[in-house]
Amino acid sequence: MPKRYDPDALQEIARRLRVSIIEMLAESASGHPGGSLSIAEIMSYLYFHEMNIDPANPDLIDRDRFVLSKGHAAPALYAVLAERGYFPKNDLFGLRKINSHLQGHPHRLDTPGVEASTGSLGQGLSMAVGMAMGLKLSGIHSNVFCVIGDGESQEGQIWEAAMTAGFRKVSNLCVFLDHNNLQIDGKVTEIKNISPINSKWEAFGWQTLMIDGHSINEIHEAIRLFHTEFRRPTIIVAKTVKGKGVSFMENQVDFHGVAPSQMEKEIALKELQHV
Amino acid sequence: MSKSSLRGQYGKTLLDLGRQNHDIIVMDADLAKSTKTQTFAKEISDRFYDMGLSEQDMISTAAGLALTGKTVFASSFCVFLIGRAFDQVRQSVCYNQANVKLVGTHSGLGVGEDGATHQTLEDVALARTLPNLKVIVPADALETDFAIRLAACTPGPFFVRLTRQDLPDLHSPDHQFALGKGSVIRDGNGISLIAMGSMVHVALAAAEVLEKEHHIPAAVINMSAIKPLDGDLLMRYALKSKGFVTVEDHSVNGGLGGAVAEWAAQNYPLPIKIMGMKEQFGRSGSSEALYDHFGLNTDHIVAEARSILNIR
Repeated sequence: MPKRYDPDALQEIARRLRVSIIEMLAESASGHPGGSLSIAEIMSYLYFHEMNIDPANPDLIDRDRFVLSKGHAAPALYAVLAERGYFPKNDLFGLRKINSHLQGHPHRLDTPGVEASTGSLGQGLSMAVGMAMGLKLSGIHSNVFCVIGDGESQEGQIWEAAMTAGFRKVSNLCVFLDHNNLQIDGKVTEIKNISPINSKWEAFGWQTLMIDGHSINEIHEAIRLFHTEFRRPTIIVAKTVKGKGVSFMENQVDFHGVAPSQMEKEIALKELQHV
Repeated sequence: MSKSSLRGQYGKTLLDLGRQNHDIIVMDADLAKSTKTQTFAKEISDRFYDMGLSEQDMISTAAGLALTGKTVFASSFCVFLIGRAFDQVRQSVCYNQANVKLVGTHSGLGVGEDGATHQTLEDVALARTLPNLKVIVPADALETDFAIRLAACTPGPFFVRLTRQDLPDLHSPDHQFALGKGSVIRDGNGISLIAMGSMVHVALAAAEVLEKEHHIPAAVINMSAIKPLDGDLLMRYALKSKGFVTVEDHSVNGGLGGAVAEWAAQNYPLPIKIMGMKEQFGRSGSSEALYDHFGLNTDHIVAEARSILNIR
């Protein structure tokens, strides 16, 4: 993998991830498009620029780890794992089907490249904290990356884990908060507002950064700051658009957990310039 | 019979294991003094994490640590470890097949004075339903030592259920302990008393009364092997006794009695009386007073055994 920073190439990969997400969800007719589309740039950046990983040697002891705490965004994880070569892209069409290795929510024992089984919200962050602590304890200088949701931030366990990582100065942990302001029942600000977000995380002892989660350059700069912080864990609050890239899905709460129809798929792929 | 502390033994065994194996990590949730993980913490502080009052975070963090190759012991009272953090045990530990050993203390009515909030009567039932989780309920300190050593060297999730109170030393040092194997505390071919944890020595006292006062030869089985259950041992005693009485400091639903009844219904149906807590919470009192109050004592076991044999 070339380490030369190429934002246009990473943006193109994000577009391809969105195409895969739409295609696999239309095929499975079940799953979560909105929160998968919103993290495409983050996944592209992590898996194609940032993380020290090798799909041919997925168990390398000094690899970086990724935990998708908002496990319902599994299609985004599967898309990037396939794009990166952990398994054939054709496997994506098996999503949620009986004989597939792609479960509705990530399961590490089924899918190559998945580090932790997640789905019950809040738990992935604690597991990521545990992994980061374990690596430090073993003297392994790798990092742990994790994506949590803003709806997920209503779980008490998020704040237990935030306290643990802040208190224990787990500085090899970098968390993205996919801040798209939508959860199943409506707007996060209207269901149970989690703001002020920044001051909460700051108060818990985290380096807290705010970015546009769809800007590869802003992700790049935030990760640079993560690498210069040796005393605190880092959270990157990524302002995102749920359903990003597909006009009729953007900011539409109903596309949290409803897959696109065949007709919607065609329109979406056209918008994503996939011909 | 001399008595020993199961949790005290747990702390000693952990320390011994931790000295030998540097991949062993111990976690607690502000109960290290009570669960006795403090014995480990005092000497091996760099591999001990007090997670504070965050049992759910502790369990998932333990899973994360385990996924980097560590053998993680996580302790609290059973009510918090399995009850409060059940979803974390289910998903972070068992679904991940994480190498986490859940060692709970202060199980059942035996907690005593703290009362119903702290007396878990459901943990064995909950734990039994979880795939990949092995469940052991030691009856004395020696068995605790064996169970903790076995868990440490066997990959995958374990739940070991310990008591607050000291228990009589039932096993001799040459006792052969193995995964999925219970032990015979007393042989007899009239009726089999099958007990776990703090109830094994009570069943033993009842067996002696049955034999001396009622001329009923009673066997006492220590079914510490809850999952996998020791079906071979159950079959041996099903073949030679007229019925089973199960005794547990736990709900009658889904615990030892449930496991034995499920086994018997599918393998060798025979009369069974299930003794434990029925549709009620505990209350405050000494553990002895509570066992008397809720009918988990020698007299009641004798009465249930006689009722199976239709002796009034």
